[in-house]
Amino acid sequence: MATLNNNQSRSRIILGIFIIVFAIIMAQLLNLQLFSPKYRLQAENNAIFRKVIYPDRGIIYDRKGHAILDNVINFDFTVTPAEARKGVDTATLCEILGIDSAEYHKRMLTAIIKNSSYKPSTFEPLLTKELFAKLNENLYKFPGFALQERPVRTYPFHVGANFLGRLGEVSANFLEEHPDEGYQPGDYTGITGMEKSYEKVLMGQRGVKRFLRDNRSRIQGPYAGGNYDTTAVAGRSLYTSIDIGVQTLGEKLFQNKIGAAVAINPKTGGIIAMVSAPTFDPNDLAPSEYRKHIGYLALDTSRPMYNRAIAGMYPPGSTYKPLGALIALDEGVINPSYGYDCRGAYYACGKRVRCDESWAGHAANLKLAIAHSCNAYFCNIFRMTVDNPKFGSPRKGYAHWRDYMHKFGFGTHLGVDIPGERGGNIPDTIEYNHDYGNRWVSCNMVTMGIGQDRMTVTPLQSANGACIIANKGWYYTPHFVDSIENPQIGDTSFLARYRVKHSNLKISDADFKAVQAGMEDVTEVGTASNVKVPGYSYAAKTGTAQVPNLKNLAVFIAYAPAENPTIAIAVYVENAGYGSAWAAPIAAHMMEKYLNDTLTEDTKADVERLSKANLIPRQIFDWRRRQDSAREQRIREEERKSDSIALASEKAHIEDSIRLATGGNKPAPGSTDTTNRDSVAQAIVADWRTRLWPLSFTSRKKAGK
Amino acid sequence: MYQQEKLAKGIDWVVVFLYIALVAIGILCIFMVEYNPEVNWASAFISGKTEYSKQLIFAGICALMAIFILLSDSKLYTAFANLTYLFGILLMLSTFVLGRNINGSKSWIPLGGGFNLQPAELCKIFTSLALAKFLSMQELDFSKLKSQLIAAFIALFPAFLSITQNETGLALVYCCFFIVMFREGLPGSILLVGFSFGVLVVATLIMEPNTLAIILTVIAIATIYILRKKIKRSRRILALIVFLWAACVGIQRFAVPYIFNNILQCYQSTRVYAMVGRAYDCTQNRSSIQKLENNKTYAKPDDYNVRQSKIAIGSGGLFGRGFLKGTQTRGKYVPEQQTDFVFTSLGEAFGFMGSLTFLLIYLALLFRIVKIAERQRSVFSRVYAYCVASILLMHIGINVCMTIGLFPVVGIPLPLVSYGGSSLLTFTILIFIMLRLDADRQMVLR
Repeated sequence: MATLNNNQSRSRIILGIFIIVFAIIMAQLLNLQLFSPKYRLQAENNAIFRKVIYPDRGIIYDRKGHAILDNVINFDFTVTPAEARKGVDTATLCEILGIDSAEYHKRMLTAIIKNSSYKPSTFEPLLTKELFAKLNENLYKFPGFALQERPVRTYPFHVGANFLGRLGEVSANFLEEHPDEGYQPGDYTGITGMEKSYEKVLMGQRGVKRFLRDNRSRIQGPYAGGNYDTTAVAGRSLYTSIDIGVQTLGEKLFQNKIGAAVAINPKTGGIIAMVSAPTFDPNDLAPSEYRKHIGYLALDTSRPMYNRAIAGMYPPGSTYKPLGALIALDEGVINPSYGYDCRGAYYACGKRVRCDESWAGHAANLKLAIAHSCNAYFCNIFRMTVDNPKFGSPRKGYAHWRDYMHKFGFGTHLGVDIPGERGGNIPDTIEYNHDYGNRWVSCNMVTMGIGQDRMTVTPLQSANGACIIANKGWYYTPHFVDSIENPQIGDTSFLARYRVKHSNLKISDADFKAVQAGMEDVTEVGTASNVKVPGYSYAAKTGTAQVPNLKNLAVFIAYAPAENPTIAIAVYVENAGYGSAWAAPIAAHMMEKYLNDTLTEDTKADVERLSKANLIPRQIFDWRRRQDSAREQRIREEERKSDSIALASEKAHIEDSIRLATGGNKPAPGSTDTTNRDSVAQAIVADWRTRLWPLSFTSRKKAGK
Repeated sequence: MYQQEKLAKGIDWVVVFLYIALVAIGILCIFMVEYNPEVNWASAFISGKTEYSKQLIFAGICALMAIFILLSDSKLYTAFANLTYLFGILLMLSTFVLGRNINGSKSWIPLGGGFNLQPAELCKIFTSLALAKFLSMQELDFSKLKSQLIAAFIALFPAFLSITQNETGLALVYCCFFIVMFREGLPGSILLVGFSFGVLVVATLIMEPNTLAIILTVIAIATIYILRKKIKRSRRILALIVFLWAACVGIQRFAVPYIFNNILQCYQSTRVYAMVGRAYDCTQNRSSIQKLENNKTYAKPDDYNVRQSKIAIGSGGLFGRGFLKGTQTRGKYVPEQQTDFVFTSLGEAFGFMGSLTFLLIYLALLFRIVKIAERQRSVFSRVYAYCVASILLMHIGINVCMTIGLFPVVGIPLPLVSYGGSSLLTFTILIFIMLRLDADRQMVLR
């Protein structure tokens, strides 16, 4: 048969075509499967959902083991729109949450836009206890809704807002600066106070769980049986030197006042209490309360979120005097028996520096001068220090004095373990050169000798200064944290800086004893003789600094017991009066609480008196009043606007009737126009809403198929 | 006893074995796609509710059909070849009246009970038979242009009907009959021209118009230079070259953009462009411009499907991610994965080695069919067997290339593997008729 084997050779070509087709497929498979690792990555990005498991943050304890802050579980009310379509008792839900059905639909729409219909989104964040109870009870009526837990900080003592710090959502900048520390957008991190400086200790180690998800991002189950998951390690706790009783008392005493107090244990440098007033209840910034309070706290002119204890720069006033005496003694320009004949003022520099005491002999020696806080005496010895012939020029003498101040911890950052510390100001010679030319003398800055002029210090530095006097020349850097739970190498090296004994001052013990004797006299016979710590003798120095436009700044530094000090304290009260009248009792009561752990009845009564006293400057009230009236004005304006549609239509109606009645008087132009425009706008909005809602519904139905 | 002997005699068991293997792999793949860890798979296989159990039922029906075909007389197929072709064409025409719209193509006839029939699918069998019948006519001289045209008409008429039903993919399959015709004596130059045209179109898509024009011109000039001595003898060669050059540039400059902008739908153009890795600007497309003018928004097409399918296959690596461990399959990222994209589940689960083995099974089947074709005494059987091989090749080639991004997405199932009763039944009939004819290879059928 001729045709049978016709073109048989072509079968080979056809087989060749088959092989070519398969070879092309193989080549592409080789390319995709063996030489393109990106597909594997893309598949994993598609399908593996990485869930970060947040450990509980560490807890902060006080020196007796009370938890100053703790964790509680708060609840969010979440909804998965796709599951919440049928059978939701919308009426009950709206009633419980206090919203109307338009708001309900709006929130659902927002949830869908934000997170798609298949993933849960927050419907109502951070429920109050009552709301949680009501919703939990009725949850069966709301399919697709759930209560999602979220751990939140709580502060059982309601104190310590300023040094404990708070948590905040991480910012884009923060994420850029900490790329490899496992933070994700939406995470919380400490943004102030100890929460910030001990973030790494408190945060613990995050766990990661990997889940499989499908094309609609629904979780299908654990990935690879959970083999790649890591467990979360709870944050470690901090044990601090804070005494929560003293802290609470201090904040109570500072009610309705502006100022700060810092108490330090001079033996360890551990901070016992740190009060900054006005302050706020740290629970007010818990996420559920945050929006209610943050506006006031951030904007109020009294600046409640400003930690005055470490960042407030105050003139120390007379509390500087013991230091001035120590410097003068060490430099040998005076000895403890040196006296100055003060007659109620210091005249030597032409300008009259007033002294509170004018009787003869109140500055007959150093001890008396300190006890009675003689301004003239200390102006004099300051000048003697600066003009010390040893240095040749007042500039060199001043620089030498400034050096002493730095060694006392003034004019520098001490390095406390919370952020935001300021260094105070011990002016540089450059400042004086600038102001007085190069020809200045000790008289230009004579009030420096009584802790005024340009000298500013923070309450923390003052307290630290008291520590130095109490310790006769050395101190530990003030700090909060004594120890960390399960310490690690990094922690130990961090805390090591607070174990270094600073003893740069080479002032002799005799000099210290002379000054200490003076300070003890202050509480016996001197300016603070009316203030007692029951059961203990203590040493102190009062101070009163003049402030323009306000009443005097009351200052007080002290340490107790006088023989073996375990607490040193500095108290600053703004707009108060004499240091002995306002600052001294606060310090004394706090020391009493620390030393005795209880208060006597007399003290309790005095605490009540002090806590009720209102020393907030009038200016702040004026400012608040102005704010309130502005806000009211704004609310009125809004009300007027919302009423304007009704009003305008009414007005138009009246005008129409007037026109009809009068026979064609021209109505005021514009009024009808605005009504028209507003109603049109409203109609558009309404139309848009009604159109959008069913539209998104139908589109999702399609997607579901 | 006699019946059984007759049934078994002369049957090519290799093809039967490969057929069973492929159907089994198909059910396995569908099982991987549909697998739900929360459902007991054993009971799900029997329930008839999942697609793999349905496919199992289809396989059973196909087995019955295969036995039925093997029991039939092979003369039946030569006798009824033209009649069935006519029936097939009528069936396809009837879809214009009875047709039902599934996935945008109106090529299905509802049979009731949730089953639908796609005549274009069945028509492949009828066309193969008719072509075999025509080419095996004793008085036919296939070197004549007229008989070539008739053969082309037999092959392409169902394709034309298929295009009008908006089922471009199946229409492409009918092009495979040219391979058969090539075997039977169609000049090779036609295939060459077709191939060159394809290269030109792809080059147009990939390259800048001007660059391509320059390249074409350079080729033309080079050819003229090489053939300068022949040109001196005959001016017609020069004319031919110039004509070819003009045609190529014309196609590249005007014809291709015209086709993409005015004839193809926006989504089709996008898919073709996506194949070569480029984006298509739908605002140039006439159909989408029309839709815009009618104030309808047109859905912006996206190569999501191919992207996910490539990710699935690419993530398989050398040995695959393991049975039921493919995340793309488990997460249902690839749409239509049990039907047209079934190859992806295999590629992901068993990797390059698995895909290679799988494709080699196909290749073995094709080679075996060609071998069968070449051992036939009758032209009818030979042509028919070639038809089967070409149809299979076309399906495999287009389907696999589509999943790995070498071909635009068209709805063509993977033979014997993809989920779908219609497709499985068609290929079963196709292959078993061939086996029936092969069993009688000693007879000369007309």
